[in-house]
Amino acid sequence: MSRHSLALPDLEAARRFGAALAPVLAAGDVIALSGDLGAGKTTLARAVLAALGLDEEAPSPTFTIVQTYDAPPLRLPVWHVDLYRLETPEDAVELGLDEAAGDAALLIEWPERLGDLMPPDRLWLTLTPTVDGGRRLTVDAPGAWDKRLASLFPVAE
Amino acid sequence: MDETIILGLESSCDETAAAIVRADKTILANRVAGQEEEHRPYGGVVPEVAARAHAERLAPMVEAALADANLRLADIDAIAATAGPGLIGGVMVGLVTGKALAVATGKPLIAVNHLEGHALSPRLVGDVPFPYLLLLVSGGHCQLLRVEGVGAYRRLGTTIDDAAGEAFDKVAKLLGLGYPGGPAVERWARRGDPCRFDLPRPLKGTAEPHFSFAGLKSAVLREAGKLGTPDDTDKADLCASFQAAVVDSILDRTRRALDLAPDVTALVVAGGVAANSAIRAGLEALANRQGLPFIAPPGWLCTDNAAMIAWAGLERFRLGLTDGLDAPARARWPLDPNAARAPGAGVKA
Repeated sequence: MSRHSLALPDLEAARRFGAALAPVLAAGDVIALSGDLGAGKTTLARAVLAALGLDEEAPSPTFTIVQTYDAPPLRLPVWHVDLYRLETPEDAVELGLDEAAGDAALLIEWPERLGDLMPPDRLWLTLTPTVDGGRRLTVDAPGAWDKRLASLFPVAE
Repeated sequence: MDETIILGLESSCDETAAAIVRADKTILANRVAGQEEEHRPYGGVVPEVAARAHAERLAPMVEAALADANLRLADIDAIAATAGPGLIGGVMVGLVTGKALAVATGKPLIAVNHLEGHALSPRLVGDVPFPYLLLLVSGGHCQLLRVEGVGAYRRLGTTIDDAAGEAFDKVAKLLGLGYPGGPAVERWARRGDPCRFDLPRPLKGTAEPHFSFAGLKSAVLREAGKLGTPDDTDKADLCASFQAAVVDSILDRTRRALDLAPDVTALVVAGGVAANSAIRAGLEALANRQGLPFIAPPGWLCTDNAAMIAWAGLERFRLGLTDGLDAPARARWPLDPNAARAPGAGVKA
């Protein structure tokens, strides 16, 4: 397990991080996007989707809970998931996330709702607002991610 | 006289619904099984995320609708089913059910865009000639559309981040006001001071009538955080200030859209957030100032329902717009596919 930390002072920085993360993603990956209301989870997810080749608007998934994206036009299929409206991890099972994880990458907002059902090899991103209006991004990565993240974080902290 | 009868099916998000509508605008049946009244006693928001839940409910609901209308399946002229946009599992259930009924009865299928259901709904309860300006505000959408005809929409503006209903729900949640969030915020706002908190009006005054609510939501969060534990007065003032900001933004953006579409015959509001009386009152005053009729369908037609799907199906059926059994379920399905991408949406917000 390694931990990295990155300042995202503005939207452009979030977009750059999304663009850097996108090329290393593969089907089966689970990316947890954690943070409070307004922390910028959807913004970061949109940055990843755009970098994966999405050429249309990415609606907030809060209402529909899941927005599915096909490949092509994306480089790989993605499920953009928002568990905000769920109450129990069992609801998430009903969504079919475990099946989707077979051939899509999952971007999951409010990942805490999954409880113990969150796979251990997930990449966990936490966004925290900073006093200057920017965001602090913390990346918790299981060992399996180290090699892939080397391009993003050349020197492990 | 046109006596065409359409069965409509809706299952694109939380609601499972079936309705039967006749061409003379008689609603023969209108069944909605929402999660809201069912779950409120337990204090939770439990959306019907499961396609299974829609599947279990839809067939009995069709039977109940037929019984309400005192009709047999053979009396139906066409089947209209929501084919998107929405939660794809739910959409598939409704669409596949519609296809199965179409095959079983030998009647045509109409794959309806859920948003077109909202867009045409005022014509089910009144005479609203094209073109009209539609503000579609719901939990999942916030758009301004020039409705030019059946299947013909020009999107003038949309949200570049959150939908308006989502902002209401999240503000309610962060203040612990209960569910559903929209009515709760409206109730609290009535007792509050809308001027106490200086909240932003994102995008106000900009040329294109787009919306943004994410920054407003974050501003409410910041103000609530500064208060520590907000008391009832704080909560009421926050709700009032938030709602005032939303109304202000919506009116500014709608006024701008009217500038861009000076030939419209009416200002129409639809979608679940259209139930908010402050928004309604503001829009009505705006329409009056512009010399336009203001049309807001009744509440039961603003929230998700199948009557509007049956009606949209009927409008399409009359124009010969039926669909093959290969009609796809679509998670995203813009009403105006030619709309320029909104700045920010899908890239950054």
